[in-house]
Amino acid sequence: MTALSAPARSGTDGRDALARAPRSRRRGWWLPFSPWHLVLIPATVILLFPFVWLLVTSVETPAEALHFPPVLDPHVIRFANYSDALASAPFVRFFVNSAIVSVLTVLSNLTLCALAGYAFARFRFLGRTALFAVLMGTLMVPFQVTMIPQFIITKWLGVHVLASVGINHLGALILPNAATAFGIFFLRQFFKTLPLEYEESARVDGANRLTVLVRIVLPLATPALATLAALTFIDSWNNFLWPLIVTTSTSEMTLPLGLATFQGAHSTQWTLLMAGNVMSLVPMLVVFFVAQRYFIRSVASTGLAGT
Amino acid sequence: MLSSEHFAGWAFVTPGVVIIVLFGAVPIVWSAVMSFQSDNGLSPSTPFVGTANYRELLHDPVVTQAIQHTLIYTALFVPGTMLVGLVLAVAMNRKIRFIAFYRTAAYATMAISTISEAIVFIWLFDPSYGIVNYFFSLIGVPQQQFLNSPSEALYVIVAMTIWGWSGFAVVIYLAALQGVPETLLEAASIDGAGPWRTFRKITLPLLSPASLFLAVWLTINALQLFDEVYLSTSGGPLNATTVLVYYLYTEAFEQFNFGYASAIAYFLFLVIIVITVIQFWVGKRFTHYRS
Repeated sequence: MTALSAPARSGTDGRDALARAPRSRRRGWWLPFSPWHLVLIPATVILLFPFVWLLVTSVETPAEALHFPPVLDPHVIRFANYSDALASAPFVRFFVNSAIVSVLTVLSNLTLCALAGYAFARFRFLGRTALFAVLMGTLMVPFQVTMIPQFIITKWLGVHVLASVGINHLGALILPNAATAFGIFFLRQFFKTLPLEYEESARVDGANRLTVLVRIVLPLATPALATLAALTFIDSWNNFLWPLIVTTSTSEMTLPLGLATFQGAHSTQWTLLMAGNVMSLVPMLVVFFVAQRYFIRSVASTGLAGT
Repeated sequence: MLSSEHFAGWAFVTPGVVIIVLFGAVPIVWSAVMSFQSDNGLSPSTPFVGTANYRELLHDPVVTQAIQHTLIYTALFVPGTMLVGLVLAVAMNRKIRFIAFYRTAAYATMAISTISEAIVFIWLFDPSYGIVNYFFSLIGVPQQQFLNSPSEALYVIVAMTIWGWSGFAVVIYLAALQGVPETLLEAASIDGAGPWRTFRKITLPLLSPASLFLAVWLTINALQLFDEVYLSTSGGPLNATTVLVYYLYTEAFEQFNFGYASAIAYFLFLVIIVITVIQFWVGKRFTHYRS
């Protein structure tokens, strides 16, 4: 709370100024600009500084990075760090793996959760209540409780059923997360808010249930689908613990795991590490800024759901 | 007609349900069983040992340490993140110049993975060449060991994770602030309430559902802290940053004590349930729902 009253204290008659603020809402009379800038500028500097320093270090020479006091403005921009990083770890491969895993996870979640969510929302079928209760039960349990059996099952599937979903294959990163209880619950709740009339009249016109879902319900549910897609994408892209458990070969690693392994191998080569780090986080940063509106709305909706 | 609805229902739910049962429901039961077995992950025999794993857990000094570190971390991280998020969201909830830039700067922390975040912070807090020690030297603070120091490492992890989650907290609080009706605030100011009083008596209570959500959500995530610890300290130095999930990971996938690790996992689950229930119970008294 102290930070809130900080701008007031910096004025000559600060306490008074804050008390009168509502009358001159747009701008403090004692400053030529809104006093909130005095909170926001230092906060923004702190929030952005790690990004800036990451970028600066990534173009320094190794000697500049290992210099104290730190070199704040490198003399030459050394892009060779980036090619060196690319030469010592397959970042492009990591990126492609991450993209494959995230995109397929999102697509399968949208498909499977929409199907199941729709059935739970609209159909009456034997065992519906019990099945739904089981799904909701799994929602509460943290991943750490299930990860050991998940590992054993994944290993078994790879050996006995299909190699491409086993240990050290990208399928092992997709299949266990191909549908989530959260996604089913989330879409079911949304489907229940839609008016029944459209679906009923389409059924009367002879459309089958799948057609009704695909042609009528899903177009109406675009905001919910976009939210689920954004949340699933963030989770999948940043997932670290599960890939760490089931992946050991470099060629099957996703970005977070590849980057962590790279860090383990070059822990003191800061320029190389920062170049690798920049390459790892730029794709997500770009996606995030392009779709900022969607991501923010999705994240905000998780909070508003509780209110 | 009815039978076709049964058939359609099962046809629609089966693909998703099979995956969730196989990778969610079955493992929950399985790890419960494993927690009563002696399972080293390698030998085929897994004899039942009763509650031996749980009894061992109670007498394991590393578990005691891990619980302490987890609770200290949670007690600092959760209020810290909420406070940062609240202050920034209140400051950003107005139409002033550069506001889009300020907001985007906060949101950007959401796009960065825990691993990227940890690597940047290891570098910022490097004892020999890190820029934080340089800033400290400018104001006369002696060089610190940070992540190499048993007494400081956990706090560096608190700082890096608060930074990493601040954007999330800002989004949640900004969304809630935008639901606070302007008319209420104006009425309060006409009645002579100052901004601080209006904030405490009107805005803060109206934000309480968002605060409760954040408290619960951040706590659940804090109790499961792993990535940053794995990357920056590996639980060290001298176990100073060994938290429950990190210890569980090493027991499961470095020692292959599946039985013992399962007992730790269920213990963690219990801790999460107890703390969440307390939060909802306490939160109910302080939470105001508008409708």
